[in-house]
Amino acid sequence: MAKETVVELEQVRVQFGKRVVLENMSLAFEQGEFITILGPNGAGKSTFLKLLLGLLRPAAGTIRVLGRPPRRGNREIGYAPQRRTLETDLALRARDVVGFGLDGNRWGIALPTRRRRARIDQTLAEVNALAFADAPVGQLSGGEQQRLLIAQALLTDPRLLLLDEPLANLDITHGQEIVALVSEVCRARGVTVLLVSHDINPLLPVTDRVLYIAHGQSAIGTPAEVITSATLSKLYNSPVEVVQALGRLFVVGAET
Amino acid sequence: MFDIFQYPIIQNALLAGVMVAVIAAIMGYFLIVRGLTFAGHALPNIGFAGAAGAVLLGLDPVIGLFAFTIGAGIGIGLLGREVNERDTSIGVIMTFALGLGLLFLSLYAGYAERVYSILFGQIIGISQQDVLITAIASLGTLLAILLLFRPLLFSSFDPEMAQARGLPVRLLSLAFLILLAITISLAVQVVGALLIFTLLIGPAATASRITSSPFRALSLAILLGISYTFLGIYLAAENGVWPVSFYIATLSFGIYLPVRLLSPLWLGRRRQRARTNADARADERAGRNKLAALEPERFAGSSR
Repeated sequence: MAKETVVELEQVRVQFGKRVVLENMSLAFEQGEFITILGPNGAGKSTFLKLLLGLLRPAAGTIRVLGRPPRRGNREIGYAPQRRTLETDLALRARDVVGFGLDGNRWGIALPTRRRRARIDQTLAEVNALAFADAPVGQLSGGEQQRLLIAQALLTDPRLLLLDEPLANLDITHGQEIVALVSEVCRARGVTVLLVSHDINPLLPVTDRVLYIAHGQSAIGTPAEVITSATLSKLYNSPVEVVQALGRLFVVGAET
Repeated sequence: MFDIFQYPIIQNALLAGVMVAVIAAIMGYFLIVRGLTFAGHALPNIGFAGAAGAVLLGLDPVIGLFAFTIGAGIGIGLLGREVNERDTSIGVIMTFALGLGLLFLSLYAGYAERVYSILFGQIIGISQQDVLITAIASLGTLLAILLLFRPLLFSSFDPEMAQARGLPVRLLSLAFLILLAITISLAVQVVGALLIFTLLIGPAATASRITSSPFRALSLAILLGISYTFLGIYLAAENGVWPVSFYIATLSFGIYLPVRLLSPLWLGRRRQRARTNADARADERAGRNKLAALEPERFAGSSR
């Protein structure tokens, strides 16, 4: 079965006023791929996701998502934005927040049908969040909240899953849980995963390819191809050294 | 004891008061979700300056109140979500507005009672016409909230994600602001501009501490708001001297305080139970043995 191209960029340029954020970006992602998006802060990783979501328009070039130009509210894309701290006494439970992903954009009030509840429960179970489904969201830990965001993104049975820094501020164990969960979702559902991260190491065992964005330039390929001293030095336009130690990759010399 | 309910002046007050309490409770819930509770206090205070200014110009105070409230709301909306800085800015602007209101008040050579009732409310004595206006405005606001409920709640909780899902987040914020300004303008009649917080935020904050289900929290908030208003009007009518807004503020505070102090008892326990279950299952399924191979031994025993 031929692999379908789900995301295609050709010579895309994004600029905010005079500032060029991304340029000469050309790439193609296939169905079922696990792509990690890396790069320093402010490099354009979140901007790239916004392009695919139809929230930003490129200054030049073409973008095709699932065969069509990007548009807002595309239910075939599941999106989990960066987590933020929540007030502890919000009267919203985990299942309510996840429910937004299902029909939060429809008018009126959600009718509490059994089918709706079952659908939400099913997705909560998929991310191991059923145990705290009725707990107030403001009191959940970072890892638990992240699982809810992923569940929210999965509710429309998307073909593309965009995760913006899901591992940020999580300790090692909980970061590993999220990586395992996302990898399982990728495999079981056959979704294409685009995951933005600061650190490649927790994702090395599960990533197919890496998209590295820095200084408006980008490089795409397997981790072995992209995360090398040569490739990154070219990208940053300054000496960057990639060191392998303790079974991990360390990028030295680049700003974070 | 119940003769007091026979008087039309009391019946009107109760009718208007209860309708206002309902929409105030609902708007308060949304303010909490949006993290704008302080704005719920600042807006009516800034609105007061507009009301006093309108009186000085010979206009209906509600017009000035409404205009300044909307203006302040837009300004606060533009300040963004960074809480600490934002609250300071709002505080500074609010106190300036109060100062302006004081100036207008002292310049006003006419009937000061009118401005007093804007500050502290004067629901007993509300005219039949105003009851009708309150009824129509409350009903309209309620219908609008019901219609916009899901998109409003979604975009209140997570504007980024809501926008990605195609919701017109800015328009929804504007709609919310208009509904809030209407609610504040109506609530000023009952408790006055300075004490709006007790009717707007009090019931919803109390309910949010007791239950985390939105439906139950809203129902409880509405129930509390109606109770405070009903009791407040009744007690003030029986007493004859102490004002309605004083009773409402005291009731609101009197119920909120014990709930707030005791809430860690039931909130903590619910969390604990849910967490231990989640922990146990997560450990099993995450397959810690498989993943531990990626990390040096020293991480194998890490706990939260």
